[in-house]
Amino acid sequence: MPTPLHLTLEIDGDGAHPAAWRRAAHPPEALLTPHRVRAVAAIAENAGFTLVTLDDEALPPGRAPDPVGRIGAVERAAFIAASTSVLGIAPVISTTYAEPFHTSSQLASLDHISIGRAGWVVAESAAPESARAWGRPLVDGPAARAGEARDSVRVTRELWDSWEDDAVIRDVATSRYLDADQLHYIDFTGETFAVKGPAIVPRPPQGQLVVFAPDGLVPAEQVDVALVAGRDVDALRRASTGTPLTFAELEVALDTPTDTAAERVADLDRLAGWPDRGRLRYTGGADGLVRLLTELAPLVDGVRLHPLVLDEDLAVLSRLVLPALLRARTIARPVPGASLRTTFGLHRPTNRFADRLTPAGDAR
Amino acid sequence: MTRTDATDVPYPDAQLHFGVFFQGVNHWTIWSDPASGSQIDPASYRRVAQTAERGLFDAFFLGEGLRLREVDGKIHDLDVAGRPDAITQLAALAAVTEKIGLVSTSNTTFNEATDLARRLSGLDLLSAGRAGWNVVTTDNAWTGANFRRGGYLDHADRYLRAEQFLTVARALWDGWADGAIAGSTDAPAWSAPGSVTRVREHTAQFDVDLAPTLPRSAQGHPVIFQAGDSAEGRDFAARNADVIFSAHGTEFDDALAFADDIRNRLRAAGRPSDDLRILPGTEIIIGATEAEAEEKRRWIRFSQVTPATALNVAGLLWNLDLTDRDADGPLPAEDPVIAENSGAFGSRRIADPRETVARWRAQAEANHWSLRETVIALGPQRGHQGTPAGLAEKFLHFARHGAVDGFNITPYLIPDGLDDIVNLLVPELQERGGYRTEYSGSTLREHLGLREPLTRRATATSRQAG
Repeated sequence: MPTPLHLTLEIDGDGAHPAAWRRAAHPPEALLTPHRVRAVAAIAENAGFTLVTLDDEALPPGRAPDPVGRIGAVERAAFIAASTSVLGIAPVISTTYAEPFHTSSQLASLDHISIGRAGWVVAESAAPESARAWGRPLVDGPAARAGEARDSVRVTRELWDSWEDDAVIRDVATSRYLDADQLHYIDFTGETFAVKGPAIVPRPPQGQLVVFAPDGLVPAEQVDVALVAGRDVDALRRASTGTPLTFAELEVALDTPTDTAAERVADLDRLAGWPDRGRLRYTGGADGLVRLLTELAPLVDGVRLHPLVLDEDLAVLSRLVLPALLRARTIARPVPGASLRTTFGLHRPTNRFADRLTPAGDAR
Repeated sequence: MTRTDATDVPYPDAQLHFGVFFQGVNHWTIWSDPASGSQIDPASYRRVAQTAERGLFDAFFLGEGLRLREVDGKIHDLDVAGRPDAITQLAALAAVTEKIGLVSTSNTTFNEATDLARRLSGLDLLSAGRAGWNVVTTDNAWTGANFRRGGYLDHADRYLRAEQFLTVARALWDGWADGAIAGSTDAPAWSAPGSVTRVREHTAQFDVDLAPTLPRSAQGHPVIFQAGDSAEGRDFAARNADVIFSAHGTEFDDALAFADDIRNRLRAAGRPSDDLRILPGTEIIIGATEAEAEEKRRWIRFSQVTPATALNVAGLLWNLDLTDRDADGPLPAEDPVIAENSGAFGSRRIADPRETVARWRAQAEANHWSLRETVIALGPQRGHQGTPAGLAEKFLHFARHGAVDGFNITPYLIPDGLDDIVNLLVPELQERGGYRTEYSGSTLREHLGLREPLTRRATATSRQAG
């Protein structure tokens, strides 16, 4: 049986279109509430999505007259982790200005809270305004930002391994809670920062969280899932990421019972343009989207959907698109208790710091 | 024990407020007992928070870790360690609790003000106004080794930075006008034009310019907690905090002296003397009789202070490696070694080792104590023990005389350590009219009976200073 397509949903704000809030089923003031965060996650989980991602940035998500408020992705992700049971959860954390030590702790904590359902969408902060928002010196230019991303991912991953799985020994006889030999200083020194380690959080349940990154931002060997843009299927077909898994980015606007997708897009485009991020875009009926995803299934390992308006498109996805894909076994619901890595068919990595000598008594 | 006469005391209507401190480190959490659960399993956090909520506590409180403790260059391995990022864990608890406050200890030295203010704001919104922030400072290069800035801050500047940090955070929390976000999708704009004010702060510690991304929560701002005990720390609390944790909650006279001192400092800072809640940290040991409580205390202390822990605690005081000594034997014969740096990092420093050692010797000799017994008797752990009724009387005596507003309770067992307190002590307090019988509000600020955030009060007092 072929591996199912890992269908992922981006759930930030009211949808992918800057004016999506105009067509939302709730008033603007309900967006930044626990009820809203919980409800969207519940719909995504019930519909059968493998994973939700949550976009983030220190700067406002939009410009007036569109939304200018957003709760931090890690906080929303933790809240969602505690309110769901099988859904994968991957917040964006930008690497340009954040403290890698905090990033590592936050994500490891999210993996403990979700019992192994967490991922990380690596991002960069390109706007100079981000530096002023953080109060940090500007990281200037793509190369400098890529350096921060590379070093931050490396440090984060090393910190996740800085506790071996069995470092907590609770040995009453010797009165030792920890086995210090299973804790490791990472002693990282890069061009712009140094981190000593070890982490304060024990190794995450998955060993390493699933790391997502836009294709090319971070060296491929540091990434589990490359997120690939491309305006047509051929561009996605040609993508060569060098990562274990490749997910396609797909913006979708669907026909609803009252309006066609084209009408809905036109309605919002009158108010603000839908920015072209170079991603594949689908506008049309549920059937056509099912066909497109079925066509993509052999080409990529997963698809991340960016719905035009969450409240409208998620309803159609839940009612028509995912049921058809589930019936055809193009996608599969996550198995309760499975880690996100297991769902993705990724092995649980050995610890880079663990003693690699063959233990005495091992037959090999 | 005589009942407190509720009419002949300065604060006859005083209500006790309880918080629970889920400790991530220190030997006060017993891990060797079979009933001891995981320190990282989310179920442990859920269990403690939900038990506290069942007991109508004001707050659930998490400490902060920025580096694992070390002794003589080695990672300290005797105690519970390994804990989650506080705000991340609390955001998860916001989803599985309804009323209890969620307080994060977060450092002003190794965080950026705008980032932390936004994270706290997110927690405050996700919990519908239940977030708190225990403001802590640090300055050492040892902790800084895990962070971009390294050990950049002088000791003298740590409260300066904390104060400027709070200024930035409050400006962000005040950045949105009330009702800024539209109530309808037909509104002209998502937020009312001009309702979001940019924050520009250029101080010695911060150079920021940004548009805040979050509105105020139901409680206005996260509630500010502070724990510093130095004169500087107390003044910082008097100027900035809503709640102060202290180590002055065991002896009545000491607690009252501390509370009076804080009230004086509040008045000096231009605030009403009842503007801040005083919640000393404490352990509470409950027995059906006084004798049972004493027996339990002995068991708890000997579980907490194992021979190895006794040698470690004494080693920190003497500044000597005592690991090969006999904990059940006499105190070390040597004098303590006085040095600038003790080789121990992440543990509390002892102010005057010579004086402390002399006191320990005198007491050990007089009582025929072993080293371990001495550590147990004279170590820093503070708590109350007794029957539920006896403790209720004692705590109400404290509260009705203005010595405390309540306690921040450290359970010695995770995750069941609060059960006795909630099941046995809380009903005794309720029966005496000194503890709520239901949550009357829904925010942490309401639970604590606090006024509006300091920057949200329509008075001219803050302008007089400028």
